Amino acid sequence: MTTLQRKEVNPIAHLTPEDIEQIGRELDAIRDEVLAVRGEKDAKYIRRMIKIQRRLEIGSRAVLLFSVLPPAWILGTLGLSIAKILENMEIGHNVLHGQYDFMRDPKIHSTTWEWDFAAPAEQWKHSHNELHHKYTNVIGRDNDLGYGIMRVDEQQKWAPAHLGQPLYNFINACLFEYGIAAYDLELGRNLASKRRRNNPDFRARLRQVGRKIRNQMLKDYVAHPALSVPVGLAFGNPFGAFFGTMAANVVANVVRNIWSHSVIMCGHFPKGVETFERTSITGETRGEWYLRQMLGSANISGSKLMHIMTGNLSHQIEHHCFPDLPASRYAEIAPKVRALFEKYELKYVTGPMVVQVASAWAKVFRLAFPNRKPARPIDHSVPPRVPAEAAA
Amino acid sequence: MAVTRNLRDGAWRVVELITTPVVPADYLDVIAPLRNPTVLRARIDAVRPETGKAVTLELRPGRGWQPHQPGQYVRLGVDVDGVRLWRAYSVSSAAGRSDGKFTVTVNAVENGTVSSYLLKNARKGMLVHLDLPAGDFLLPEQRPAKSLFLTAGSGITPVMGMLRSALHELDDVVVLHSARTAEDVVFGAELRDLAAKGRIRLIERHTRADGRLKPADVADLVPDLFERETWACGPGELLDGLQEHWADAGAADRLHIERFRPTVLIAGDGGTVTFEKSGQVVEAPGATSILEAGEAAGQLMPSGCRMGICYKCVLPMREGIVRDMRDGTITTASEVDGDKILIQTCISAAAGPCRLDA
Repeated sequence: MTTLQRKEVNPIAHLTPEDIEQIGRELDAIRDEVLAVRGEKDAKYIRRMIKIQRRLEIGSRAVLLFSVLPPAWILGTLGLSIAKILENMEIGHNVLHGQYDFMRDPKIHSTTWEWDFAAPAEQWKHSHNELHHKYTNVIGRDNDLGYGIMRVDEQQKWAPAHLGQPLYNFINACLFEYGIAAYDLELGRNLASKRRRNNPDFRARLRQVGRKIRNQMLKDYVAHPALSVPVGLAFGNPFGAFFGTMAANVVANVVRNIWSHSVIMCGHFPKGVETFERTSITGETRGEWYLRQMLGSANISGSKLMHIMTGNLSHQIEHHCFPDLPASRYAEIAPKVRALFEKYELKYVTGPMVVQVASAWAKVFRLAFPNRKPARPIDHSVPPRVPAEAAA
Repeated sequence: MAVTRNLRDGAWRVVELITTPVVPADYLDVIAPLRNPTVLRARIDAVRPETGKAVTLELRPGRGWQPHQPGQYVRLGVDVDGVRLWRAYSVSSAAGRSDGKFTVTVNAVENGTVSSYLLKNARKGMLVHLDLPAGDFLLPEQRPAKSLFLTAGSGITPVMGMLRSALHELDDVVVLHSARTAEDVVFGAELRDLAAKGRIRLIERHTRADGRLKPADVADLVPDLFERETWACGPGELLDGLQEHWADAGAADRLHIERFRPTVLIAGDGGTVTFEKSGQVVEAPGATSILEAGEAAGQLMPSGCRMGICYKCVLPMREGIVRDMRDGTITTASEVDGDKILIQTCISAAAGPCRLDA
């Protein structure tokens, strides 16, 4: 049963259990429509995207061989940043969701894909696909709510450490890939006790992350910088070439980190997004699960290019309802999903990126301090829910 | 040379580091898809219609290919509406061509997704995925003095590959081929030409006029039947009949058969699920997911969200048919095509017998 955290206004008080199941059926119908046409167009799209990304990356890295020349450094860094963003967002995230598993191409498959990110795909799939997407916005179950370091909902308990959360959030944005790797490892929890620290499973996962980070760092900060040394020698500045390329990689990684962090903050933290209590999801129906995804996510409005650069996570609502449909289809179904929100008088949270990022940051700042008035006790009677079978 | 090998390995590791987390070949694929040493592909170099319902594809295999032996088949992976489907096709060209190419001949199969796609869409320049040649439908090193090739319909393709490769080493050859009409005989002109030159004795049987070929008919058409080493390929029914006939005559070891699609899968409700590695066999009802049915029987199953969104529970299905419990989508896998289709066990219910590689 879906029970919302007590808010000033309960956004689903007007829905009957039958309404909620009907919403589920209508969303299933939208899903079926996409499944019916999913095919060659989607396969072509992702292959083209991968091709564009790889060419852009090779091209940018080639330009960065001349990193001693400032225009080449600027151009190469810009290209590499965009390539890394595409690789993580429109390609990596979506492939790892199994959105393209239908193609049965072992090269583009959620079980084989590895991405240009510190967090190993396997561990990320567990914490993201299996936990976050199932327990979306359930306080105490969905660790994406504040990533275990922040307080992003009034119902989360305040502690003095939260005073620093704007700073933690900024640091997390810059080092996002490492933040996610630590998050997937549940580092805070697993380092807390000796027993957990010595758990062989945890140690194996730790080693896996260590290997991944080592390879990523050797690639970006040693191998590619070394490749630009010969050109640097020709210009009489080998050190400038090495450190120039290294700096370009640092900048590209940080740009990608801040960008993806911002997009992800927009997904669940802006004003108007609902959270749910832990007990509310026992025996949850498909309709109720859908409803939780609808109310627990927020979109970003913008151009087609913006949607691609966010990996279509700008359609977070559609993504959360249908995490395994090809992301490039979200824009197509968004009007239908939105119409459904209107039909059932629900709030479709969306706005331009700047507004949504600001809204999410405002929350991070506001909740760094204790609630102005004490959080109300959770009222289990609201909204009134009667299981369908009991009502019949 | 250990030193050069070490140098080469070291250099390769650097290249791998440069491209991590993907492998160097993934970048190579962007420019030269046939050069990939780990993913075998072929380019279609020519498309030649045989009959109205059969087409020969001339394929240029990429790096990593190993030449076939006459009679073997290859599996082709073709992207049909974005989905890679694998089918086995016999090699119809002679072995050991100097240009390194080979041909397969695709016959239209009723309701055949891949064959009808290829018949309609195969074009010069198209890429297909490829597996190494396989199959033990082969001529022995010691060529037999007298041989019989008994084929029906598309069953002629592996035999054509054998004849084109080794006819010059075979003396007394009878080809008994059954097709609907004279026009439907694939490679008809070439076979008749060989017969006219006296290289083979060709017996054509046209089922529309003469009825279906029965094992008992063969003895009338080829009196010295059991003196011959026989290779047969065609529909399952015919092959079953031939096996029985040869076994009754005590000549089972002289009959070599090649089966194409043995089973037609029809979606039903529930089925027996076999976990091949553990040996566990489970009766799974149509309304229970394979995950739950397996767990209930004590099979160790990977699982995650249990609602079809996280893809952690996927297992390879080698043969069988399942239904997606959310939207009714049917997925099939066929052992003959070497399938290992990954299915989400948490939302898939058996729709017939299934064998999983788990």
